[in-house]
Amino acid sequence: MSTRPAAPVQPGDAQAIAAAPGFDLDAAWRLHPQVSVRPERFGALLYHFGTRRLSFLKSRELLAVVQSLASQPSARAACAAAGLGPGEMPAYARALATLAASSMITPATGKGAAA
Amino acid sequence: MTAGTASSLVAEFRYGLDAPICLTWELTYACNLSCVHCLSSSGRRDPAELSTTECKAVIDELERMQVFYVNIGGGEPTVRGDFWELVDYATAHHVGVKFSTNGVKITPDIARKLAASDYVDVQISLDGATPDVNDAVRGQGSYELALRAMRNLADAGFAGFKISVVMTRYNVSQLDEFKALADSFGAQLRITRLRPSGRGADVWNDLHPTAGQQRQLYDWLLARGEGVLTGDSFFHLAGYGQELPGLNMCGAGRVVCLIDPVGDVYACPFAIHDAFLAGNVRGEGGFAEVWRNSELFTDLRRPQAGGACTQCSAFDACQGGCMAAKFFTGLPLDGPDPECVKGHGSSALAMAAGAAAPRPSGDHSHRGRVPVPVAIGPRPADDDRAVPDRACNQSPLAGLTPAR
Repeated sequence: MSTRPAAPVQPGDAQAIAAAPGFDLDAAWRLHPQVSVRPERFGALLYHFGTRRLSFLKSRELLAVVQSLASQPSARAACAAAGLGPGEMPAYARALATLAASSMITPATGKGAAA
Repeated sequence: MTAGTASSLVAEFRYGLDAPICLTWELTYACNLSCVHCLSSSGRRDPAELSTTECKAVIDELERMQVFYVNIGGGEPTVRGDFWELVDYATAHHVGVKFSTNGVKITPDIARKLAASDYVDVQISLDGATPDVNDAVRGQGSYELALRAMRNLADAGFAGFKISVVMTRYNVSQLDEFKALADSFGAQLRITRLRPSGRGADVWNDLHPTAGQQRQLYDWLLARGEGVLTGDSFFHLAGYGQELPGLNMCGAGRVVCLIDPVGDVYACPFAIHDAFLAGNVRGEGGFAEVWRNSELFTDLRRPQAGGACTQCSAFDACQGGCMAAKFFTGLPLDGPDPECVKGHGSSALAMAAGAAAPRPSGDHSHRGRVPVPVAIGPRPADDDRAVPDRACNQSPLAGLTPAR
């Protein structure tokens, strides 16, 4: 994984697919406790204080999904809660896989469990 | 969502953000060194510097604006008596700190304390991989000072601290040595561009890399730059063809800015001049008001149009280069960068020769230095003043990585 300043997160693009294989939509996920989220006009900025890396959410819908992860039993449920249809799931799964690969989101290991 | 591209995000950034992605905050003009290329002409403390209480109020505001982290510099920030108190205050208020230092206060005790915090990152300035090259710019003994700090950090288990190098004519050939040095400490190399800002205006002509060295630097970054930070400061080199990783744009007033020791807010750390002064954090509405509504920043966020560069095939890649570099070499802001890789900068500099370039505002240099007029042209051969420097990095997106 590169650590130099580089292109912004590209949820859903080919590179992301290649680098971030499978994502379990039916598992419970949550934002990493060291990640801070700042909504912006285009989506949001994410900053991970542990890895000191910055990422971008490129839509408000993805922001809604990420923000509701902790209160939903699965990522799929979070997507549904954000109003996404089944046809949009693959693209969002790729975006979430990208975030998981950089530790922005982590599996929720149990109710209220710390990562 | 899937339609997003890096360029579309850059396009968004050009119109500015609700708050900076990160900002540079120079806490004091006081410094134990007198680096010849100091971008803030530091040396002596300014009596009007922000007090501890005022600094904490700024931190409170940054927390409200959700500025994730600040790049603290100076001067030498650690010589402020309240420095560690302010670092602790910032991290307790969810504002991460990355600070630049020449290493003077990084004792074994301090190093252990720093290593224990997830919210503090340290950047040690070093401008030569050998004492002779470094000390010619940063002053006698500064190499050993920096190395001692690095040893202390490494011994304390601080992984991944940064070694920050301003690239000059005398150290481009040392890139491999810098990388090896960083690797030996488990540190990360960060290289940034020399700007003709502050005292840098006096030495830029002699210190900036030659055209051949710029190409060498670019090729090195493409071949060996994996894991090397650049503060996105070399985006003017994108004109060679391939974009370097990072945000290839000028973030001044759009995604970055500078707060100076007396609270003045400038568009970027390399533009300490009235022409780029947007306001002061002591004013009504504080920093947020300056960031969101100042006339200067509003203007910078408008699409930039016109200028000689727009006719160039490389314009999309380099965007005309660095505003501060143009300004302090007396070039028009809508013209080529003085280090334009297509060579347009050198011809523009030749045409501008003789015209007085703007002087950086303010000078806190230690007294006793001989003032040097800004001049375009070679320095006299008998001028052997030592040149020190301090790197600031302000890259809008230092540390940004793609989540792939």
